[in-house]
Amino acid sequence: MDGSARLFGDRPPGVEQQESTANFLSYTVGLGLAILATIGSFVVSQTDLLWAPGIPVGLVVLAFAQIGVHLVFFLHLGSGPDNTNNILALAFGVFIVFLVIGGSCWIIANLHANMMAMPAQMLH
Amino acid sequence: MLGRLSWAAIPFDEPLPLISMAVVMLAILGVLTIVTVKGWLPYLWREWITSVDHKRIGVMYMLLGLVMLLRGFSDAIMMRTQQAIAVGGAQGYLPPDHYDQIFSAHGTIMIFFVAMPLVIGLMNFVVPLQLGVRDVAFPVLNSVSFWLTASGALLINASLVIGNFARTGWMGYPPLSELAFSPDVGVDYYLWSLQISGIGTLLSGVNFVTTILKLRAPGMTYFRMPVFCWTALASSLLIVAAFPILTATLMMLLLDRYLGMHFFTNDAGGNQMMYVNLFWAWGHPEVYILILPAFGVFSEVVATFSGKALFSYRSMVLATLGICVLSFTVWLHHFFTMGAGADVNAFFGIMSSIIAVPTGVKVFNWLFTMFRGRIVYRTPMLFAIGFLVTFVIGGMTGVLLAVPPVDFVLHNSAFLVAHFHNVIIGGVVFGAFAGYNYWFPKVFGFTLDERWGKAGFWCWLVGFYLAFMPLYVLGLHGMTRRLQHISDPSWQPWLLVAEAGAIVIMCGIFCQVAQLYVSIRTRELRRDLTGDPWNGRTLEWATTSPPPAYNFAVLPQVETIDAFWEMKRRGLTPAQPIYETLEMPRGSPIGVVTAFFASVTGFALIWHIWWMAILGLLGAAVALLVFGWSDDRERELTAAEVAQLERARRGLRQPA
Amino acid sequence: MTVTTIDTAPAAIPTGVARGRGGGGPAPTRIVVAYGFWIFILSDIVMFSALFAAYAVLSGNTAGGPSGRELFNLRNVFIETLCLLFSSYTCGLGMLSAERRQAGHFLIFAALTFGLGAAFLLIEISEFAGMVSRGAGPSRSAFLSSFFSLVGTHGAHVTAGLVWLVYMVGQVLAKGLRAAVLRRLACFSLFWHALDIVWIGVMTLVYLMGAP
Repeated sequence: MDGSARLFGDRPPGVEQQESTANFLSYTVGLGLAILATIGSFVVSQTDLLWAPGIPVGLVVLAFAQIGVHLVFFLHLGSGPDNTNNILALAFGVFIVFLVIGGSCWIIANLHANMMAMPAQMLH
Repeated sequence: MLGRLSWAAIPFDEPLPLISMAVVMLAILGVLTIVTVKGWLPYLWREWITSVDHKRIGVMYMLLGLVMLLRGFSDAIMMRTQQAIAVGGAQGYLPPDHYDQIFSAHGTIMIFFVAMPLVIGLMNFVVPLQLGVRDVAFPVLNSVSFWLTASGALLINASLVIGNFARTGWMGYPPLSELAFSPDVGVDYYLWSLQISGIGTLLSGVNFVTTILKLRAPGMTYFRMPVFCWTALASSLLIVAAFPILTATLMMLLLDRYLGMHFFTNDAGGNQMMYVNLFWAWGHPEVYILILPAFGVFSEVVATFSGKALFSYRSMVLATLGICVLSFTVWLHHFFTMGAGADVNAFFGIMSSIIAVPTGVKVFNWLFTMFRGRIVYRTPMLFAIGFLVTFVIGGMTGVLLAVPPVDFVLHNSAFLVAHFHNVIIGGVVFGAFAGYNYWFPKVFGFTLDERWGKAGFWCWLVGFYLAFMPLYVLGLHGMTRRLQHISDPSWQPWLLVAEAGAIVIMCGIFCQVAQLYVSIRTRELRRDLTGDPWNGRTLEWATTSPPPAYNFAVLPQVETIDAFWEMKRRGLTPAQPIYETLEMPRGSPIGVVTAFFASVTGFALIWHIWWMAILGLLGAAVALLVFGWSDDRERELTAAEVAQLERARRGLRQPA
Repeated sequence: MTVTTIDTAPAAIPTGVARGRGGGGPAPTRIVVAYGFWIFILSDIVMFSALFAAYAVLSGNTAGGPSGRELFNLRNVFIETLCLLFSSYTCGLGMLSAERRQAGHFLIFAALTFGLGAAFLLIEISEFAGMVSRGAGPSRSAFLSSFFSLVGTHGAHVTAGLVWLVYMVGQVLAKGLRAAVLRRLACFSLFWHALDIVWIGVMTLVYLMGAP
């Protein structure tokens, strides 16, 4: 049964392929890149390296870079011959995540602007 | 010791719920006694309660949905009666406190414990058969899903006699649902029953996405899948993407109520609008979770009873997927009046109008399928035609409500109530009934009675129009929803018509009960020995009725859309099949055991009986760990056994 | 559930069409299980997105209480991040050993993964305890409610992951690295990697953007 999976080349996410050395390498490269991205994030947030209003943008870019590293090097997404289903599912998930977070922020900010929410101090 | 629970929790001063509960209790006791005396208990335990067969689970889902429909409908007719008589000086028979619980329970039950079980039940029974495979991807998980749903239903019914139910409406908006304004157990019943059944629904969604994407008969490419499978896929994707939002939102409200947090409170920076926002980020996709499978049912029914292939299969699939994605971009139309600016309201208004386009495509596809077809007016087809007319009206009023300035006039009015009943009864409920009548012979091997079925259809159709068209008028006159008392006597005639409509619907339900009873009594006369009573097109009709546990002894080879139709057309009779040994999943009590502990935990948390909650959680955890350890989850059905079973089955079968 | 014989003459399955995806019949159990779990993970991430949304909306509502600027300790966050990152790495290597049926190596990597995960959890718990003792508990303000819920839900997932890991080590010891155990291990590793991905969001949105 498992043999036929290899025969047909269909592959679930996060499951290794045969060439394990490549995988050891991929995990190690992934770890290195992820550490770099983490350090980058901390440096960006703690120093004046970036122009102040650009810091959140920089942080988000680095976060996406690191998530990408995790997906590719740890979950091995996108490298296999037949990953369409996995990636489509991921794309749908990402779409929903952005919609929920972005949509909520947009809607609530708009409500605040229109209804002039009281500053927290005034409530006390 | 027992937290908030005491004798005061049982409403001895309110006779109505006590009497109804006593009747229900007696009925349950009666059934249990008969079951025990007749010695059916081992059979029920072995073949149903612990069954992981998708067909059995589908039947149990349908049964749950139909039983809860009776509960939800009795709530409905009580409300209609109250509104019809409590006009002017009269106060009616339901005090506000009780009336508020009834409309909250009605909404919660109808959405979560009627519509969802009916839809998921149909998906359970039909999808693996249509895909030409032997079961869903995770049969045991499927049983867990069902029993968790049943556990939620149990809790919500317990609220009838132990304590009370929420008075907040089925959305449970804060701050009313916060501890400060709803200090008793009502809202907790609401929250925990939805959390428990919500987990079940989510697991169902995961199961069906995996089943449809990974388990299909050889040769069944995506664009050879029956439309019902496509709609089930879209609906399951929406479940997977939307139910976690509901879980998180209700969890935040629970944290507010149990740990004194401030997500949605009036003080300490809480934001009630966030609850409304997140609730509908789940709530609007939920509407499509319900309606898409109904669209699938109608696609199958219309094609079969018109004797034609579905018109423009591809546009139907694309419309389904379009709705699936667009349904996530319209949620603000549920709260246009909350105070967002013109830009936000305009965006969501436009998106809400756009989502009507793929639905319109579908309506035309069904119409063109019927065009020049040889239409056979059986009960499922009547429901399909009734749906087409009714749903178009409901859709049009929906497009009206999607226009923000109009919504400012009609928001929270009886017009809105009429609109969503128009689409949910005309769409989801008619769809479920069409599916029930259509697939019943496949499930049990005999057809349902047509006369009672048609009488039921006409009662539902006429009753629906009588009950809800007046509400459109009243909404335009300015009547808001959820009124316990009507102050304007000029509304009473309309409300009396609506009451008459509810009574006609009750007649429809009576006809359907009679239909089932008569059909069972005369089942020997109405046996379907062909396995294909309607001259069907898709693979579920290729096997016998009822199908064997393994569905197909050998998986069918699919070469076109409407695979079974094509096989019949080409006169393909399977050559002497070569049977092989099958691995069948064993039945498992893990579903019912987990749900038992979930019910205990939920009940304990509602009543603040902390020791019991901990015991319940531990019990569930231990049960799952014990189950997770076992590897022996399948039993073998040898080729010889399969051959013997098949000979017995095929011997009965007559050529179509 | 695994036999796939074909009714009529077994028409050749196009070699380009993979099983489960195209026309080749049901996919093997291993793929079905991992794909199903992948879908479940995605739904879990959607749940987190609702918590993230709540945090993003409520993070300014401190109600006169302390803000993240006053509460967060970035040094701890950096250590926490490294713990999770390395535990993902050791988890991945553990999976490699398991695939190669090297039980000894697997156990070492599992122990490392557990240790790193536990260290993460300890730091988080001490952070929470410190905040509560300073009067900045979850019921202080909407900001703190959403903070504790978001970070706490992630922490609860890590706790569940640790219990699961111990359980899986037990299964490996009792049954060896057979196919069913490997399937469950694959799900565990997927879960563990996903937690790391969620943490990147927490680290960025909550700590780095909220800290001085």
